[in-house]
Amino acid sequence: MPQHPRSDPREIPDPAGGRARNPRRLLLPVSLCLLLGGCASNTSWGWYVINPMTPNGWTNVKFLISGMGATILVSAIAAAISIFLGLIVALPGLSANRWIRLPSRIYVEFVRSIPLLPMLFWVFYGLPIVLKSMGISFPIDPFWGAIITLAISDSAFTAEIYRAGIQSIARGQTEAAQTVGLNYIQTMRYVILPQAIRRILPPLANQFIYIVKMSAFASVIGMQELTRRANELVVTEYRPLEIYTLLILEYLVLVLAISTFVRWLERKMGSDERG
Amino acid sequence: MTGPAIEMAGVNKWFGDFHVLRDISLTVGQGEKVVICGPSGSGKSTVVRCINRLEAHQTGTIRVDGIELTDSAASIRAIRSEVGMVFQQFNLFPHLTVLENLMLGPVKARGLGRREAEARARHYLDRVRIPEQADKRPGQLSGGQQQRVAIARSLCMEPKVMLFDEPTSALDPEMISEVLEVMTGLARDGMTMVVVTHEMGFARRVADSMIFMDAGEIVETGPPEIFFSAPRSDRCRKFLSQILHH
Ligand SMILES: Nc1ncnc2c1ncn2[C@@H]1O[C@H](COP(=O)(O)OP(=O)(O)OP(=O)(O)O)[C@@H](O)[C@H]1O
Ligand SMILES: [Mg+2]
Repeated sequence: MPQHPRSDPREIPDPAGGRARNPRRLLLPVSLCLLLGGCASNTSWGWYVINPMTPNGWTNVKFLISGMGATILVSAIAAAISIFLGLIVALPGLSANRWIRLPSRIYVEFVRSIPLLPMLFWVFYGLPIVLKSMGISFPIDPFWGAIITLAISDSAFTAEIYRAGIQSIARGQTEAAQTVGLNYIQTMRYVILPQAIRRILPPLANQFIYIVKMSAFASVIGMQELTRRANELVVTEYRPLEIYTLLILEYLVLVLAISTFVRWLERKMGSDERG
Repeated sequence: MTGPAIEMAGVNKWFGDFHVLRDISLTVGQGEKVVICGPSGSGKSTVVRCINRLEAHQTGTIRVDGIELTDSAASIRAIRSEVGMVFQQFNLFPHLTVLENLMLGPVKARGLGRREAEARARHYLDRVRIPEQADKRPGQLSGGQQQRVAIARSLCMEPKVMLFDEPTSALDPEMISEVLEVMTGLARDGMTMVVVTHEMGFARRVADSMIFMDAGEIVETGPPEIFFSAPRSDRCRKFLSQILHH
């Protein structure tokens, strides 16, 4: 059993054999069984493993929490890209011309229908090959692999949020802007988006919760974030129940913090009012 | 050159297979005031909206001040810069103050300096007689005040032609006259105006010529004296008797 799992699973020499015997593949189902079983029966909990009062427990807790920075950083960068990308995708989707609308619709439908995990595999294992064949040498490490996947996957949703927000602004606003001579970009910049933003920002911030949760998948490509840390600790400590419980609590704290922020934002923007 | 301000010749438009405008031809001279009336759905708004390309016509030609309106962005831009428009629903920008509403076009589309744009905005707010409302949001104003702001916003672009699409239809009765007064003043100052309205008192006072539309066609045109006293077509006579006896 490897005490220090390789951070890049692509380097495993015999992928098929190596992975089939990799016990980590069984961790999720096993831990779920344990969690459920632990509640049903009287199986004793081994909290010592993450008891911050003991030196070993404290080391473990620090190790688990140290994934927080990566989870937040990956999620934040992915969200920032998605917020930008979503707008770029949404705007042509609002055109009166169906040929301009079409690529945007295809992008949204296509991206929305790909499950995150396969997309993550494709970006991490497949995209480097595509880039290489195009003569681009951009190394896709777990960090950027996770960011690219999360950003693209999320952009289909942010695009829909922009579309709904912009469509909620009456058509008369665009027409009035045109009659005072504004071009398309000026109309968006000075008239439509400033009004749509209060309908757009809260659901956009909400999407951030989705990204944070989905970033857990990055653990499978070796991204050293919260879930990966928990998996690695489980491998050495054999206490999945306690470790994954703490992992869930870590996400809970993160998500609660974000939703508090979203609600504050909604109040501030008056999005909870009508009109 | 002092050709006509607006020239429409054989203009047709369809929404899908619905024929909204049928062979519309009309000429509006410089400084002329034309009032368009007709039953709901007859295509009045569509005619006006075609003049500044809020709707595209399919056949025929439209010229504003000699410039032909085509699909080219340049011609659309050139024509919109000559044509102001006032909507039934005002369409003020609710997130901006009155002053900012007036300055947006001049500053962003025309590249006017802020100082100059503000001076111009205040000038036209004076002209529509609400200088004291400059720093309010549209939502804080009455309907009549909002429509006067909308007129001032158009005037800030210094257009040669003003289009009005039922500017008083969304207003409470007591506010109609304040808007009509502003429009009458504008007419007196020589503005070329095309007005869709059912305010026949205003039409009699201001119009140089009347246009009656029905089912996408111009059924009757003429100077108001003749139009109101001796309409030729049955449709027009029926329409006038309906709206005048209300
Ligand atoms: N975007 C559109 N798509 C399809 N049909 C439309 C559209 N806009 C207007 N129409 C139809 O075209 C016809 C003419 O509309 P228009 O708004 O020009 O009439 P109007 O004379 O201004 O009527 P009103 O007095 O009710 O304002 C109506 O039957 C209307 O339903
Ligand atoms: Mg109309």
